[in-house]
Amino acid sequence: MKSALKSKKHQASALAVTALIGLPLVLTGCGGGSASSGGASDSVSSLSVLDYYNNQPDKTIIGDALNACAGKSGVTLQRETVPGASLIPKVLQQSSSKTLPDVLMLDNPDLQQIASSGALAPLTDFKIGTDGYAPGVLSAGTYKDKIYGLAPTVNTIALFYNKDLLASAGVTPPTTWEELKAAAGKLTSGGQYGLAFDANPTYEGTWQFLPFMWSNGGDEKNINSPQAAEALQLWTDLVKNGSVSSSALNWTQADVKDQFVAGKAAMMVNGPWQIPVLDKQAGLNYGVVKIPVKDASQTVVAPLGGEVWTVPQTGNKAKQAKAAEIVACMNSDENQLALAKARNTIPSKTTLAAQFATDNPKLATFTDLVKSARARTGELGQDWPAQATKIYTAIQSALTGQASPADALKQAQG
Amino acid sequence: MSVTADLSRPDHRHVVPGARRRAPGNRGGYRQRERIFQWLFLVPAVLYMALFFGYPVAKNIVMSFQDYTTATFFTGEAPWVGLQNYVSVLTSSLFSRSLVNTALFTIGSIAGQFVIGLALAVFFRRRFPLNGILRSLMLLPWLLPLIVSSAVWRWILDKDSGALNRFLGDLHLVSTGVPWLTSTSLALIAVVGVNIWIGIPFNLTILYGGLQEIPDELYEAGSLDGATHWKAFRHITWPMLRPVVNVVLVLGVVYTLKVLDIILGLTNGGPANATQTIATQSYSLSFHEFKFGEGAALGNVLVLISLVFAVFYLRASRRAVDE
Repeated sequence: MKSALKSKKHQASALAVTALIGLPLVLTGCGGGSASSGGASDSVSSLSVLDYYNNQPDKTIIGDALNACAGKSGVTLQRETVPGASLIPKVLQQSSSKTLPDVLMLDNPDLQQIASSGALAPLTDFKIGTDGYAPGVLSAGTYKDKIYGLAPTVNTIALFYNKDLLASAGVTPPTTWEELKAAAGKLTSGGQYGLAFDANPTYEGTWQFLPFMWSNGGDEKNINSPQAAEALQLWTDLVKNGSVSSSALNWTQADVKDQFVAGKAAMMVNGPWQIPVLDKQAGLNYGVVKIPVKDASQTVVAPLGGEVWTVPQTGNKAKQAKAAEIVACMNSDENQLALAKARNTIPSKTTLAAQFATDNPKLATFTDLVKSARARTGELGQDWPAQATKIYTAIQSALTGQASPADALKQAQG
Repeated sequence: MSVTADLSRPDHRHVVPGARRRAPGNRGGYRQRERIFQWLFLVPAVLYMALFFGYPVAKNIVMSFQDYTTATFFTGEAPWVGLQNYVSVLTSSLFSRSLVNTALFTIGSIAGQFVIGLALAVFFRRRFPLNGILRSLMLLPWLLPLIVSSAVWRWILDKDSGALNRFLGDLHLVSTGVPWLTSTSLALIAVVGVNIWIGIPFNLTILYGGLQEIPDELYEAGSLDGATHWKAFRHITWPMLRPVVNVVLVLGVVYTLKVLDIILGLTNGGPANATQTIATQSYSLSFHEFKFGEGAALGNVLVLISLVFAVFYLRASRRAVDE
């Protein structure tokens, strides 16, 4: 009996001790996970990369380009891809635990937000050339007069139209708002809508509205303006008269593409990344024109999309220098052309545009738009997210009929 | 268990006095050692609670008094702003909207889940063929990832080509597509409906478990006294089930208050904030607008509301033990 009691006591103390020792072990185990704090500064053999190209074919296309660049610099890459929505939370977490990757991809409207936190190194420190880029690309990559990120290829949105449906209705692709309304009205019948766009309560809805607002002279700094109200009135009219399904309030850009592919929408506002899917549809004949403007005298101002590559402040100078080589290589002329062709995007250097447009006629409209495309963060920088929220809030309250377009914008601007 | 068995042996008396005799002055030391061991046993649990519950809650409270931005993550600097985050969150025009939506969403979801869950639990109490298989099938909504369920429901509820509108159209109940998710008056109802579907298995399982605990003899005795069907439910099932009902309701409320993924998956809080709740607004403030301080403040408001129900839960479960 004595021994029984004794062994119980032993077990107890052993348990308690194991628990005490084990817990911190488990906890410290959570901390590691990144290789960015390498000790040797003279010989860099591997770099970590983080991006959100987690779907095929982009995952492989970008991965191959990265590896080719790494080969040239004599390093190997440890690449991690995460879903788009998890990228920023991941970057914030890494920046507080000082485990940022050596090379980081960011969606361009997030760049200034992250640069303002001090987590990125200016690319000028590494003497990376920035000549020949479209002004929108540089403005998206700039924070406080310094360039922190460069995009090899960019994109924007335009008006896709179903050639067969337009031909049978005797409609030509619209270039002005009046023509757009008339065409959408004529093309609406039965289960088919004239037009589809994305007006959902996320930044995607804002992004789709921008070309209408900007081309009409509206400005994101103050959306309580007649120019913005006119653009929102156009969207409201299109939904109210039934040319656009009210489901647009909840559609993503992928849903919009599905409607177009299914023949349920004769025209749609969308980007060149949808082209591979559209080309796979056997019976689908489509064309692309610029988004219509209010008066023929106006020129369309398209929003700039695309991802930039950056060099985070990891504290390891040698690795940062190598990382900068990778960023420069990804943005080389050859890579811009190759990546643009493979991913149906547009080279961000305007000097390459003419050549690219002739080689890829399907992307000609987008190539033309990118030259003058405007960055969402160009004016507001890190204040953009708050204003983007106001824009989609106004869109939603106007399209649901809660307020007139002018009042909706006024209330949202506050 | 073996120790108790040992203690009951007759020779036990000889040993303990012996031990006392050997070390008469050590009795207090033994007590002290025992107390230290008791504390050591508590340490892992306390540490766990402090790290995984205490720290996040404390951090969230601290955060809500700071101007916490993206830069804070890198520099660690977050200036104190006092109550400013709370003021801007509570005075925002969206707050009252979200609060009402949260209340309607919670009450609607709980009422639907509980009534249907209880009805099904009572139904499954009867023995019939395929009972087990049907009951496991009822768990399906629980087993699906929420992101999958919300994507499927989003498709079912689509205005133009959704399955529900097709079905209603074929029955000639509606002539044009009902905008379930894009009408400001219907969206909240649709979202509540989906959440009820998701919550039924939880209610069914717990209530079914509670029903199993009620002895059959009570029903037999009751039927002799003429208490069958509805009377049996009112006078036997319901009173016996009360403690379980309390727990299900309070847990349900706390789970429902913080629902996020279903709403984000179905409507993103739209149209025109018609389905915006405190949880979705807090998420959007933190992770879309990067106003982490305001997001934390709103999160704390939600924690406070949950806390009220947690107190109810503790009281309910204590009463259950007493009974």
